[in-house]
Amino acid sequence: MPVKIVVRAIAKSYPTDQGPLSVLRDIDFSVGDGEFVAMVGPSGCGKTTLLNIMAGFDRPDAGSIVIDGATANRPSPKGILISQKGSVFPWLTVQQNLMFGLNGHRFENEQLTEHYAEVVGLRGFERSYPHELSGGMLKRLELARALVVKPQILYMDEPLAALDALTGLQMRFELRRILEIERHTCVLITHDVEEAIQLADRILVLSPRPATIQAGFEVSVEHPRNLGRPELIELKAAILHEFGL
Amino acid sequence: MRKLNRILAPLAVAAALVGVWWVAVAETESVIFPTPLQVVTALADLAREGELWTDIGASLFRVGAGFLLALLVGIPLGLWMGWMREAFTTLNPFVQILRPISPIAWIPLAILWFGVGDLSPIFLIFLSSIFPTILQTAAGVHTIERQYLWAADNFGVSRGRLFFQVVIPAVLPQIIVGMRVSLGIAWLVVVAAEMIALRSGLGYLIIDSRNAGNRYDLVVAGMIVIGITGLLLDTMMRRLERLKSVRWRYAR
Repeated sequence: MPVKIVVRAIAKSYPTDQGPLSVLRDIDFSVGDGEFVAMVGPSGCGKTTLLNIMAGFDRPDAGSIVIDGATANRPSPKGILISQKGSVFPWLTVQQNLMFGLNGHRFENEQLTEHYAEVVGLRGFERSYPHELSGGMLKRLELARALVVKPQILYMDEPLAALDALTGLQMRFELRRILEIERHTCVLITHDVEEAIQLADRILVLSPRPATIQAGFEVSVEHPRNLGRPELIELKAAILHEFGL
Repeated sequence: MRKLNRILAPLAVAAALVGVWWVAVAETESVIFPTPLQVVTALADLAREGELWTDIGASLFRVGAGFLLALLVGIPLGLWMGWMREAFTTLNPFVQILRPISPIAWIPLAILWFGVGDLSPIFLIFLSSIFPTILQTAAGVHTIERQYLWAADNFGVSRGRLFFQVVIPAVLPQIIVGMRVSLGIAWLVVVAAEMIALRSGLGYLIIDSRNAGNRYDLVVAGMIVIGITGLLLDTMMRRLERLKSVRWRYAR
């Protein structure tokens, strides 16, 4: 698998009243093309900072992000960030949100948005406003808006955390189904170990602040994964063990 | 039932107030202060002669002109001040110094500069509306949630699209709040401004009625018309808050 993203010796600290607070230290790893990497870690460990740096929204104090062999330090449509808070524009309709990142011809755009509205199951809601949608539908819309611009990388920051348990579970399967078709490179941040196991090809465990990569686990079980399988139960135990549980 | 109460309860209060007023006038046997009936009769006469509509029209025209001018200047200025930190730090002190000066204090200067025509009250309205508009708009830009700006940045959209599809719609609910506030102040000011000069408008009606023979029935009638027109203007502005593209902000 060719390498897509190289994270090289990233360090970051924030100034506070008590002096600089180191949040990331010596983060080194790479993500293969089409690979799904999940990062799990205790809350407040700097996961979000790391993802923001990878997506080009934050600058590291040291180290660099290399994508396709070139240093990347700005956000670009090549890698779309799906944030925890959600960034669907509430003042635009579903259709206008889907069209937002597109520049091509009207006809092409309409075909693209129609296709992705179909993929995420939002057909028939094109003229609705986000406040008329449920939480799960909002997430689908955000995902579709990202997919429409044909990004190579998806950066996902706790994308399912705001959903109720059942909807979150449904969205896991939806996400997997969509990824089977499109084969994006994915970087997911989550505090939900089961979510990581269900979705990712590789799981990185981050230590408490300042975050370093504490352990890595390959998950080679075929999708759709049944979390009741003995090797996955074992994997979960191993990951939780890393957290001291 | 609840809907009915929303109309009935204020009506009951109005009836009680009119009752108290009527009894008070009757008890004190005042010759100058009018009874509610006299006021209603005076209003009907004014309406029949057409003077009422001319005065309302004149006042509304002045408010409309000054208010629109303030929006035209204030919204772009507010957006600019909200977006560019340098613009804000440079201009904000002047806004803060000019803002607390009552438009009434500007009346002598307005008359000096613009005479006693329509231009003076329009200028005063403009002054009274522009500062709330600027401040609300700039505050709106400052409070745009980061994730929306990030998303725009992420998709690499043009500056034009960033402004027209993200910044302006994000601020629009705040602008509408600013517009409601400024229109309220504008209406307050136009009446005051018309009391000083001019030969038409609701403010003129009040002062002229008093000067020309102590017609207090017309004075009170004028006051009631001002109040009701103000209420209608505010109701109109409130309708803007129901637009689907701004409802997201008020719904929460």
